[in-house]
Amino acid sequence: MSTFNVLVAGVGGQGVLLTSKILAEASLLSGFDIKQSEVHGMAQRGGSVVSQVRFGEKVCSPIVSEGECDLLIGFEPLETARYLHFLKDGGQVVYNTHRITTLTVSIGADVYPDNIQDIIAANAAGVHPFDATGLAVQAGNKRTLNLVLLGAAMRYLPLKDEHIKESIEKCVPRKALETNMRAFQAGREFFASSCCI
Amino acid sequence: MKSILSGNEAIARGFVQAGGKFASAYPGTPSTEVLENLSKVEGIHAEWSTNEKVAMEAAIGGSFGGVRALSCMKHVGVNVAADPLLTVAYTGVNAGLVLMCADDPGMFSSQNEQDSRHYARLAKIPCIEPSDSQEAYDFTRLAFDISERFDTPVMLRTTTRVSHCKSVVEGGEPITVEGRGIVQDFGKYVMLPGNAKKRHEVVEQRTSKLKEWAETAEINKVIPGSRKLGIITGGISFQYANEAFPEASFLKLGMSWPLPENKIKEFAATVGELAVVEELDPFIEDAVRAMGITVHYGKGVLPVCGEYSTTLLREKISGANVDKKPAVGGLIMRPPTFCPGCSHRGLYTVLAKLKPFVSGDIGCYTLGALPPFSSLHSCICMGQSISGAHGISKALELQGAKKQKPVAVIGDSTFLHSGLTGLMNMIYNGGDAVVVIMNNDTTGMTGGQEHPGTGRTAKGATAPKIDIQTLCRTIGAKRVREIDTYSIKELEAIFKEEMEAEGPSVLVSNQPCVLRYKIVKKPLRGNAEKCVACKMCLKAGCIGLSLVEKDGKKFVELDPLLCNGCGVCMQLCKKGAIQPLEEVV
Repeated sequence: MSTFNVLVAGVGGQGVLLTSKILAEASLLSGFDIKQSEVHGMAQRGGSVVSQVRFGEKVCSPIVSEGECDLLIGFEPLETARYLHFLKDGGQVVYNTHRITTLTVSIGADVYPDNIQDIIAANAAGVHPFDATGLAVQAGNKRTLNLVLLGAAMRYLPLKDEHIKESIEKCVPRKALETNMRAFQAGREFFASSCCI
Repeated sequence: MKSILSGNEAIARGFVQAGGKFASAYPGTPSTEVLENLSKVEGIHAEWSTNEKVAMEAAIGGSFGGVRALSCMKHVGVNVAADPLLTVAYTGVNAGLVLMCADDPGMFSSQNEQDSRHYARLAKIPCIEPSDSQEAYDFTRLAFDISERFDTPVMLRTTTRVSHCKSVVEGGEPITVEGRGIVQDFGKYVMLPGNAKKRHEVVEQRTSKLKEWAETAEINKVIPGSRKLGIITGGISFQYANEAFPEASFLKLGMSWPLPENKIKEFAATVGELAVVEELDPFIEDAVRAMGITVHYGKGVLPVCGEYSTTLLREKISGANVDKKPAVGGLIMRPPTFCPGCSHRGLYTVLAKLKPFVSGDIGCYTLGALPPFSSLHSCICMGQSISGAHGISKALELQGAKKQKPVAVIGDSTFLHSGLTGLMNMIYNGGDAVVVIMNNDTTGMTGGQEHPGTGRTAKGATAPKIDIQTLCRTIGAKRVREIDTYSIKELEAIFKEEMEAEGPSVLVSNQPCVLRYKIVKKPLRGNAEKCVACKMCLKAGCIGLSLVEKDGKKFVELDPLLCNGCGVCMQLCKKGAIQPLEEVV
């Protein structure tokens, strides 16, 4: 298989890194070579965060190049829009429609674009928006947003359910496992049940 | 067994399996996780030292004392540690000694973009550069062998993408290393001029031997390919170049100092065009050119600033017009900001109102420089806030403008790192500033590490806890007061009083970091009817607040998923439109 490229984009503190960690471990279980990049430090303090996961037979660069991304998992609409130019033709976007305001918006210096979902739809082909935050809250904890999104993204990932589930068990603390699995399942079933895309 | 490790995790594993015993570090992105991982390993002494100089010196002691020792720091930390580094280069080691230094091309979380390989050349010590996690593991082990074989400290240099990217590592067998015990050797370890003169000659001989070794060392390897293009590279740049030009020939340098001159000449002679690909400075390139070799693609086409990528190399070296989609234009930015509930918010709300010159420092509180506060006016390096404020106060005094008392803002970990010496200097030399120490009981920006003020060690053991107020009084500060940055009216009054007072004041906030200590307070709610959209509360600069418009009425909403109930916005509101949850009718 040629290298499969995933971008996971969101806001610092949303749990972006755990999603890419689960993806990376599942890729290893599937027998792939894998590279994953993260950002720590200042960028994590509520700023834009992007993590990259690349897997395939042999992966060199840990960074996804523009026009190369197969799947963009967006934790927040504005952060999703920021990385659309990385998508290859036919690349898929699974993203959370729940907005997180920026500091410049909250102090009135900027306006959050009202038409952000239209912007995303106009700049990518396979676009799958949904209220992942709502599903996470339903699953029992807003922090399980990352598992909801991962579940929803499964349709577009060349990874087996069993490998992802084994990876979740490895990466998520035992006491939070049940809620996280529920969140993953909620995301997994969302697009299956609402064939609106 | 295969596992996925970051470069930093791999270095930690390499150290453990190389029989390493003593590890010291000061937290700094992107180096922090090496020591964090080592702190969990039994049988290893892993410590957060008070600063990088202390960490380096302690590791030298570990080596002299007979065990393999590692010191880890970010690039700017090496500036702090440069003094011991440049002389331990003369003494050499007893047991192996490795300095892990993490550079930050692209400045994800740093104040400069220095290329620390220059230190290896300056100190005349070998510099080893892994390009992924497997090499980070392998090269760490190798670095200790080189250190003991050539009697030299070794620099293990990573960059952000090596330290923080994860890839597959297959570990070898751990080895047991016998302790060497302490050795007394006047000529080798006591750097009096007479001894140092002789040791300098030893250093020069050592460099010659290392150059010879570099010619045949496996880590400097030729990967044959098309003879049309040959690429000399190392570190993360190798990965980008290999992906961009898989057909090219490579000379991959695992050791970037000293360089294998013959190997480089031979390689250059076999290829049509030669590229030298390295992020930041033309460190290898300058040396290659000095050998009389023509470099076709170097810093003439590749940037010195910022990090590289596969696309950038394709564009700059092959001149290919890479078909890129443009980024979506006009998107608003999302800069980092204080967490909801952070104790720094109240401080900067008050400073933004009073508008003194604020001499800043390195930590989360540097974010006070950004809107809406825009209340931090200089930031250089760890500890400079206080010494800088001292200089500013003297400069203003010399110009007869003494009433503009400057303010210094520094965190607890940074204060104990190198702010303390600046405060001693200010008190001793009659400086006049308001020094604010934001003690949140952790090293915050790097993710929450211990320091001598937290009362816990890196390994979680209880330790004597430094009381910062007592410490300041002990070194002669006369006006030391505790402040509560969540009560902004009182804070403003204290500032006004201290700005008028004669001589330096020290204000200490002792509110713990909400992120590190997972402090959750009940969220507040906005009352849309009472709100007049005056935007006073927005001066709190909190992402929990947003000005919205519904049915023609503008009002401020609080996001209950984000609000951490600190109450700063509530105190700024003059209409009583922000209230505790239960009071909202």
